[in-house]
Amino acid sequence: MDIFLGYFNLAAAFFVIISMVMMLGRLLGGPTLYDRLLAVNSFGTKTILFLCVFCFVINRPDGVDIALLYALMNFIATIAVLKYFNYRSLGVPLIEEQMEDSA
Amino acid sequence: MMMSLILAAAVSSADQGASLNIDWLGLIRASLSCASILTGIFFVMAGTLGVLRLPDFYTRLHAAGMTDTLGAELVILGLIIQSGFTQMSLKLLLVAFFLLLTSPTATHAIANAAYKAKLKPKLGKYTAPSIDGDGS
Repeated sequence: MDIFLGYFNLAAAFFVIISMVMMLGRLLGGPTLYDRLLAVNSFGTKTILFLCVFCFVINRPDGVDIALLYALMNFIATIAVLKYFNYRSLGVPLIEEQMEDSA
Repeated sequence: MMMSLILAAAVSSADQGASLNIDWLGLIRASLSCASILTGIFFVMAGTLGVLRLPDFYTRLHAAGMTDTLGAELVILGLIIQSGFTQMSLKLLLVAFFLLLTSPTATHAIANAAYKAKLKPKLGKYTAPSIDGDGS
């Protein structure tokens, strides 16, 4: 049973890697910036999945912590890149009243 | 899949010396987890195909956003079932919670930024045929 589940998790990790490689196509050839950002975000989610599944394959629970960290980092990175390309700066407050005060 | 599961259970119990003593709880847990992971992998692959092949940014957003949430949650649910009631399942539950929180938010932020940047959706080629029935 454990041997079967090990091979099953290995196959699942393999399919997640195939999905990540396919997502690289959209990342490299996306027509607009937003396509690339979407691909990066999706790639990050698949990385989390791959880490979780691969922890079960190699039977070491350390990678789940890294996956937890990556889930938060991925979100922050996406929001930061979006804010940078919207305002061309990362130091802009997002609330309009504060923006008028600082201007 | 079920046949190989039963065979694996029979072999592993035969190693322990018992005569055809199938571990039914483990079998049910393994098959539930396998079904959940298979469904999740299907959704992940479908979302990736959608992101590659759909014609427009907003349709790609639909494919990626929806299936990333559902597929990832299903795969992690399968892993939780597999790991049982341990410390690892608590960590996996936290990962699932943060994914459920951040993935739709990031998708909405990307959609909102594209809409504010006046990115036009591709219209006209895929609209429904008109009421007269002459198509377009």
